[in-house]
Formats: sequence, C-alpha cells, structure tokens
Amino acid sequence: MNTTSLRRAIVPGVAAIALAASLAACGSSDDDSTASGGSSSASSGGAASGLSGKVAAGGSSAQEKAQESWRAGFGQANPDVTISYDPVGSGDGRANFISGAYAFAGTDSALDDDELKQAKSKCGGDPIEVPAFISPIDVIFNLKGVDTLNLDAKTIANIFNGTITKWNDQAIKSQNPDADLPATAISPVHRSDSSGTTDNFTDYLYQASGGAWKTEHSSDWPTTKGETGEGTSGVIGAVQGGDGTIGYADDSAVQGTKLGVVHVKVGSDYVEPSADGAAAGLAASKTATGTPASVMAYEINRTTTDPSTYPVFLTSYLVACPTYSDKTTADIVKGFLTYAVSDEGQKAAAANAFSAPLPSDISAKATDIISKIS
Amino acid sequence: MNTTTETATDSGTSPFASSGRHGMGDRVFYTLALSAGVVILIALAAVFVFLLVQGEDGFHADRELYQPSATNFVSYAAKLLFGTALAAVIAMIIAVPFAIGIALSISHYAPRRLAVPIAYVIDLLAAVPSVVFGLWGGRTLAHVSQPVQGWLNHHLGWLPFFSGQVSSTGRTILIAGVVLAIMILPITTAICREVFQQTPRLHEEAALALGATRWEMIRYAVFPHARSGMIAGIMLGLGRALGETMAVTMVLSAGGPLVTWHLLTSDNPATIASNIASKFSGEDIGIQSVLLATGLVLFVFTFFVNFAARWVVNRSERKFA
Repeated sequence: MNTTSLRRAIVPGVAAIALAASLAACGSSDDDSTASGGSSSASSGGAASGLSGKVAAGGSSAQEKAQESWRAGFGQANPDVTISYDPVGSGDGRANFISGAYAFAGTDSALDDDELKQAKSKCGGDPIEVPAFISPIDVIFNLKGVDTLNLDAKTIANIFNGTITKWNDQAIKSQNPDADLPATAISPVHRSDSSGTTDNFTDYLYQASGGAWKTEHSSDWPTTKGETGEGTSGVIGAVQGGDGTIGYADDSAVQGTKLGVVHVKVGSDYVEPSADGAAAGLAASKTATGTPASVMAYEINRTTTDPSTYPVFLTSYLVACPTYSDKTTADIVKGFLTYAVSDEGQKAAAANAFSAPLPSDISAKATDIISKIS
Repeated sequence: MNTTTETATDSGTSPFASSGRHGMGDRVFYTLALSAGVVILIALAAVFVFLLVQGEDGFHADRELYQPSATNFVSYAAKLLFGTALAAVIAMIIAVPFAIGIALSISHYAPRRLAVPIAYVIDLLAAVPSVVFGLWGGRTLAHVSQPVQGWLNHHLGWLPFFSGQVSSTGRTILIAGVVLAIMILPITTAICREVFQQTPRLHEEAALALGATRWEMIRYAVFPHARSGMIAGIMLGLGRALGETMAVTMVLSAGGPLVTWHLLTSDNPATIASNIASKFSGEDIGIQSVLLATGLVLFVFTFFVNFAARWVVNRSERKFA
C-alpha cells in the first residue's frame, strides 16, 4: 500500500522531468542547427570567430584519429566551421580529391606523376602536398616466455618470406643470446587488406634487408602465403590469437596490448620503436626530386645507421589545391592545414593518435607551402 | 492440392464475382502484386547492369592488378570462386543435417514444452549481426578450436584435407565454414520446420496405421511432401553462405585468390565477398573494377546454383506425381 502510493507519486514526476529534459534537448539542438545553418549560408560574412562554412575531405584511414584531434582543435577556434573527414582509404581519397569531391585529402603515399598532372589541371596549379602524420610501425610478436627480441632487417625479411621457420633458428639466436627461444614454428601475420602500413613495412624490408626481400614496396602483400588479418585490429587479434606469431602494426594500436615488440637493428644498435625515432627518420630522408616546389613528398631512407632514428614508420600526407574558386573554402583549408602541421596540431595528434610530431624544420617548411593557398 | 484448385475455379457463380466494387479491389490488388514482382526483377536487372558497367574494365585490367596469384581475370575469378564454393560447401555439410534434425525434433519429436523454446532460440540466432559472428569466430572459436584442429591434423593428417602445417591461430577455412554453418542454421531450420509441419495429418496417420515406425513415417510421408520446401530452405542458406562478407573477412586468414584443399593451414583461399571487402578501399583504385567484376561472377554463379536447384526439385516432383 505504502509502496504503491509512493510509486504513484514518483512515476509521473520522473516522467515529467524526463519529458522536460528531452524537450529541452530537442529545442537546444534545433537552435544549434539553425544557427550553424544560418551562418554557413551567410558564409564569408565575417563572424566573430572569422570563418564559417563546410568543407568535405577524406582519404587515409591511418590519419583518422589525427584528423579527429585536428578537427577538435581547429573547431575550438572556429566553431562555425564544419570539416568532415571520410576515412575511405588513400586511393579513393586521392581520386575524390582529383575529381573535386574533396577539398583536400589525406593519403599514405604521395601523388604519382599521373595524379600530379590530373590534380594540376583540376586545381589550376601544382597541388600542395605536405607530410602531416608520422607513425612508427611496430614489429610485434607473441611467443611464450619471450618479451623482447632484437632482430635485423635481413632476419625480419627472412621470417616474413618464410625462409626462417622456427623461433630457435640460428639467425634469431645469434642476435638474442640471452633469450630462451623455443622450437615453436613461426607464423608471420600480414594485412589482408590494402594498406599504407604494408606499403611502408615492405619498403623497409626491401631497402634494408640487403636483398633478402625481393619485391619493391606495395600496399598489398606480395605473396599469398602466411596468416592474415583484416585491418590493424585484425593483425593484432591474429598475433594475440596464436603462439609463435609475428606481425606488424601501427604503434598506436600496439599500445595497451601485452605483445612483444621487436627492437630493430639500426647501425650497430637495436632500436625500440618511438615517436622521436620515427620523426628523426623522416628528418634524415630527402624529398623526392623532380616534383613541383609545392610538393613535399619524401623518399624515405630506411637504411640509416644513426641509432637515434627508427626506420620503420609511416608518413601520411595532406593534399590540397593552391587556389580555390571559393574564398571561404580556401581560407578554411588554409587554416585547417596550417593548424594540422603546426606544433599545437601535431601535439594534439600525438596525444590522441600516438603519432610522432613533425620535426620543426619540416613543420616550418610545410607551413610556408600552405601559406600560399588562396 | 488438386481439390483446392478445383473448388477455386468452380466458384464462378460465387456472389463476390458479380460485384463491381470487388472487381475494383481485385484489380488494385492485382496491380500491386504484379508491380511488386516487377520491381524485384528490375532491381535484380539493375544490380546486374551496375556490376557489368562498373566491372567491365576489370575483365581486362593490367596484369599487376591480378597479382600475385593470377595473371588474368579468368584465373583470378576462378580461384576466388573456388574459395567461395569451398567455404559454402563446408558450411552446408555441417549445417544441413543439423537444420533438418532440429526442424524434425521441433515438428515431430520434441514435446511441445521443449519444441517452442528451441524454435524460439534458433530464430533468435538469425538476429545476431554477422559482425558479432565474425568477432566471436575470429577471436574465440578459432582460438579455442585450435587444439582440435591440431588433433585432426595429427590423427587424420593422411587425408589431404587435414594435412599441412596447422595454423597456430586457428583462423582457417574450416572454422570460417563452421561460423557460416551457424549463420545459415536459423533460416534453413525455420523453413524446414514450417514445411514439416505442413505435412497432412492423414498421410502421417496412414503411414503409422500401416505399421511404419516414426522414422519410417517421416521418411515416407514427411520428406516427400516437404522436399521442395527443404530444397528452398537449403538454397536460401547456400545463398547466404556464398554471399556472407563480414564474418568471413574477420574469421578467415585469407591469402587472396588461391586453390588449396588443406583446410587447417594459414594459407586459406579468400572468398569473392571477403576479397571485395578487404581490397576495395586500397591504394590503387584500379582494383575496384576487378572486384566488381568478381561480384558479377558471384551474382551469375548464385543465379545458376539456384536455377540448378529449381530444376532438380521440379524433376523430382514430376517423378513423384
């Protein structure tokens, strides 16, 4: 009796509060959308925050988290700007940029000559291409009783091409005299999908293994042999799921797992993956020759002997036009890209996506190129 | 069957036929039903045309796009088709006996108190999204079943299916087939159950009266009656197994298009659908037309499988009539 009367008293009250709250929520969100709609239609009206409008972009899925943090950071200063980033993959990103569907794109590999030409005719000038995202790639393994391994590029290449099949192989033993290596079979795991991580990892194997890896870099794994995983999470899942597995994945995704990480031989030392090492690796590389001045594409040097560099890393680029027919779009792209390569933007991405901040001279050069957008 | 159609045609003098208003209703319903049928045909034709137009370049693309396992479209698509068919066949071998068994136990064997919850739970299985099956299959089932696969390899390794180096993660085409089997179980079971329950009571009682055991009654009264329905249920399951994408992509350690009879190794053939899913958003967008062309191959293949099944059913029906 007592409880029923209590319930009778409470239920309508709770319902009323819930209703009021939901109505308020509806109302406020309505207000927001009309407000932003109004200002974006007013476009270059010069609101208090400076910019307003919408820009569509997309491409590399590796950049997705970094793009999130850049959008968040840029959005704080420019609340009326909406930038969408669709992680459709680098290939589609470049194609959509060239077709004009995206104002700018993220891509894990630089535009090739054909694409540069197409982009030039679309933009009405040489496109702008700057590095914006560096992420170390870890070689990860799961082997009972072993937490860390030292391997050189040749051994890694021989493991992945199937020449070395047991963990107690002499080539591994000689580099890890202290490790208690079992006779477990090695199961190399690679990506089943097409990815920039594979592209950079195979580039490392090709450049650094001294001929043990025969094929040039490619975003699809060059053989049908070996265990595969779908996406970064698929590879990590597969490496975790078996004993004696070895794979490669972006450093950001490896954080928080209990997998062993290979220390890669650089010069005469064995180097642990690190953001600083990857950034130093990019600084030690040269930009590609024969491209327009606005294109900062790197030919990454994976064979450095400087132990402060870590040679297995991915560089992802931002691609934009030098001029846009619409001034608002030009201002937004310019502002956003400037923020992305700035110290602040790089730090935000590093915190959120575990990427390596761009070295300051590269950042300065990129900012200079971006400043020419009009 | 015959008697009902006769009464229907005999009803020319029915009081409903003369009324103009009802004639109008008939026409509306006729138009609605017909247009629904036509829309399906148009949709299918549109999918076909889409795949043909978008995939046209894929039939004769650059050699590199078919690498590393093939050099032209025919061998590329044939190898993928092999993987697709292999996964589906494994799934059917496991799922069909289970589905028929479960359906029979619900319709004829189990007491009602048990049959209703079983039917309910099986139907519930159909509501699980394929990505959940994929996660479960890839992360848990593969891992847990790895020792079983090792056992199969150790003791039955003389069979070509179970030979080779066992995958240490267990993410093999066999497990992909098992996951597919679980996924097609509800639809095949539901349809079999329905048609089993449609068996005329008189046929069953007549069989029992002639001294048949319960199993004999099912064999001689239920199965012949349910044959076409069972085939339809199995075909729907097969269609799902052939086209399933997400679960296979996540479970299977697919090496791309390749032909192998080893079911327990790390090198597994990709299926058409899983290959499309994993390669579509790549660096080289030229591959997309190739993938769409393989989609067309799957479309045509599924069409012919269904066509063949219909033909088999029709032939056996005629034999029974």
